[in-house]
Amino acid sequence: MSLEDASLDIVPGELLAVVGENGAGKSSLMNVLYGLYHPDAGTFLMDGKPVRFKSPRDAIAKGIGMVHQHFMLVPTLTVAENVVLGREPTKRGLLDLDRACDEVAATAKRFGFQLDPRARVDTLTVGSQQKVEIVKALHRGAQVLILDEPTAVLTPQESDELSQVMRGLVAQGRTVVLISHKLKEVLGVADRVAVMRRGRTVAEVRASETTVSALAALMVGEGSRGAAMTGVPATAVTATHLTGTGTTGAAAALPPAPVEPAAASTGPVVLEAKDLRATGDNGRPALQGVSLTVRAGEIVGIAGVDGNGQRELAEVLTGLRKLDGGEGTLLGGPLVGLTPALAKARGVGHVPEDRLARAVVKAMTVEENVALGRHRQPPFARGPWVDFKGRRERTEQLLTGYDVRPNDPTVALQALSGGNQQKVVVARELDARPELLVVVQPTRGLDIGAVAQVHERLRDAKARGAGVVMVSLDLEEVLALSDRVYVLYEGRVTGHFPRKDLDERELGRRMLGAEASHG
Amino acid sequence: MLEVLHSLLFSTLDAAPALVFAALGAMLSERAGVVSVGVEGMMRTGAFCAAVAALVMPTPLAVGVGMAAGAGIAAVHGFLSIRWRSDQVVSGMALNLVAMAGGTYLLESFFGPNGTPSITQLSRWNIPGLSQVPLLGALSGHAAPTYLALTLPFLFHLLLSRTPLGLRLRAVGDKPHAVATLGLSVPALRWGAVLGGGMMAGLGGAVLSTTVLDRFEQHTPSGLGFMALAAMVFGRWTPLGAFAAALFFAAGNALRIGLASSAPWLLDLVPQGFLLALPYLLTLLVLALQGQRGHAPAALGIPFEQESR
Repeated sequence: MSLEDASLDIVPGELLAVVGENGAGKSSLMNVLYGLYHPDAGTFLMDGKPVRFKSPRDAIAKGIGMVHQHFMLVPTLTVAENVVLGREPTKRGLLDLDRACDEVAATAKRFGFQLDPRARVDTLTVGSQQKVEIVKALHRGAQVLILDEPTAVLTPQESDELSQVMRGLVAQGRTVVLISHKLKEVLGVADRVAVMRRGRTVAEVRASETTVSALAALMVGEGSRGAAMTGVPATAVTATHLTGTGTTGAAAALPPAPVEPAAASTGPVVLEAKDLRATGDNGRPALQGVSLTVRAGEIVGIAGVDGNGQRELAEVLTGLRKLDGGEGTLLGGPLVGLTPALAKARGVGHVPEDRLARAVVKAMTVEENVALGRHRQPPFARGPWVDFKGRRERTEQLLTGYDVRPNDPTVALQALSGGNQQKVVVARELDARPELLVVVQPTRGLDIGAVAQVHERLRDAKARGAGVVMVSLDLEEVLALSDRVYVLYEGRVTGHFPRKDLDERELGRRMLGAEASHG
Repeated sequence: MLEVLHSLLFSTLDAAPALVFAALGAMLSERAGVVSVGVEGMMRTGAFCAAVAALVMPTPLAVGVGMAAGAGIAAVHGFLSIRWRSDQVVSGMALNLVAMAGGTYLLESFFGPNGTPSITQLSRWNIPGLSQVPLLGALSGHAAPTYLALTLPFLFHLLLSRTPLGLRLRAVGDKPHAVATLGLSVPALRWGAVLGGGMMAGLGGAVLSTTVLDRFEQHTPSGLGFMALAAMVFGRWTPLGAFAAALFFAAGNALRIGLASSAPWLLDLVPQGFLLALPYLLTLLVLALQGQRGHAPAALGIPFEQESR
């Protein structure tokens, strides 16, 4: 596990933020506080007395509540059922759902939430589900509320609302611990900030006495980071890159994007889709008439709150999901009847969201994974036989070119860190010189250095003349890379912005389903 | 005509309890997220133990022994799938094979290949007055399990939908991590469901050898456990749905027996084997028509581990 000598002081009645890169141990530390994980060593004092939490039950009893990054809600149950689960009101031995609904409504009202206690959780928006989580903790009398990356899935509007909720709780005398890697947001709301790096707490500062760039430097460990140790090239994260870009939270820690002319691409159209319709895994319509155009030499961002059809759109474009309706042209052929093999043959590259499920075979070696999909063509094959030498050489070239650590084609892919695995996938897909590249959440869970590299490669692909469709839930990523952005809401396009008109607020409004307010 | 319907209904109600109990047991375990393909083996264990116990004690007590035996062998499944997080389908199938082979071995070494000696069946109850009413009269003259099978599904429904325990069981089958973060014990809930399910399957088996038959036979329960699984799926993992499906399958079984005895000429047209296979073909057909497993608990078959999300 990922904690090494971590320490933290939580002062009652304040909003403490814990920041750090992915894998720095933030979530682990919180899960220890909440009694879910058990530390190998160390002590834990509450009001000066040592305590030991054997399970969350103990933590809850001591007034600690936690809102997990991946919501801990039972989707098939109602709001009230989720909130009272484990401490259900009863009448003559039977569940008293009416009382449960009343209680939950009362708790929600007391803290200013609008929630229908009888609504099934899987019909709620992500923002509302989060409120259910918060109410769940408050209903159990939480005095200390831990929120793990609460804004990762929210629109800017919802994030603002959450900030107010957190400040409101602190104003009522409760304590809030906010885990985040969005530094700007953290500084806007927190009283104090603790910084974690590789399982340790490396600093605690007052929010009013620090800056985004100072925090970013602490997070990545300014200069002290051994490149070989973490697999991240030192150049991507030096202090010079970090200072002076303090505009947009996590993106502030990225190397500055080359400033590009706002001129729209006039390259040939690689994808023209009209009125696409498709059904999601849950059997409900996921795409309900999506039209979009992608030209060679541009990056088209697809923004939206999770679960609004982005994933299904990417699957349609790569032949993985059947169309129910609509038509289009993709690289000179019809979009209807597209299969993964056809898509590949026409020059579609795909970096899927879940690489372990869809892009690679983790138990196979890196070179085998690089050959996957092109294993019948040179240099990976000669006639019916595997070309071991050709495969090795090409893989070595790619590993060096993409700075993958360890630079060894023969290790199992699962021995690589997530960032390096993703670099292998991107390297393989771009090496096939796609004319249309479909990428979904390309940098989810990667550390700052790897994020920068993947972004750089996407820009390279665009410069080479590929059309890129990038689905991302990270609005900052969409803003940083896209030449144009389509916003999806409930399977429809609710906004289409060229780069010069990109506005985070307006984008957020559209992500929540608002139609254009002006012509 | 009325007479045929009456006898069909009567034999359906006679055959249904074993299926109903096993289907409810399987459903209980699966709603909590633990796959229950081992239900055939649990039934066989229950049937054998009840038949042997009935040789030395009153039959109603022997049925209790069968239930305990079902829970006992379900505990093996519990250890494998909850404690050791092994693959639940493989563990269940292993259980079936052990029960198959173990039952045959014990039967042949102690009683010979023709089954255990015959025992006193559970007594049948005649409901005065009712037996004269057309059709409804088919409700009279059954042993206790039939009447239990007509009430238990409603109690299970109440348990699942209207009690705190039921809410927790449903939650643990759909999202165990949510249950764990509330400080409830996922293993305890699942253990309870698996043991309860084993008890119900054992009861189903015991009913087979103490009412439908009067002994344990070589092939008991001859696939009834799998049919109970099908009833659970067809009934969309709900007590009342599984109940209806079990009745439907039992009717198919009764129809087979009824057809063979009331219309012997049928045997000239259709091979006997086909008639024997009818209930099972019905099961396959129903499952094929139902299609996807859209109604299964979301976390079904996934071992619970705290440190994974």
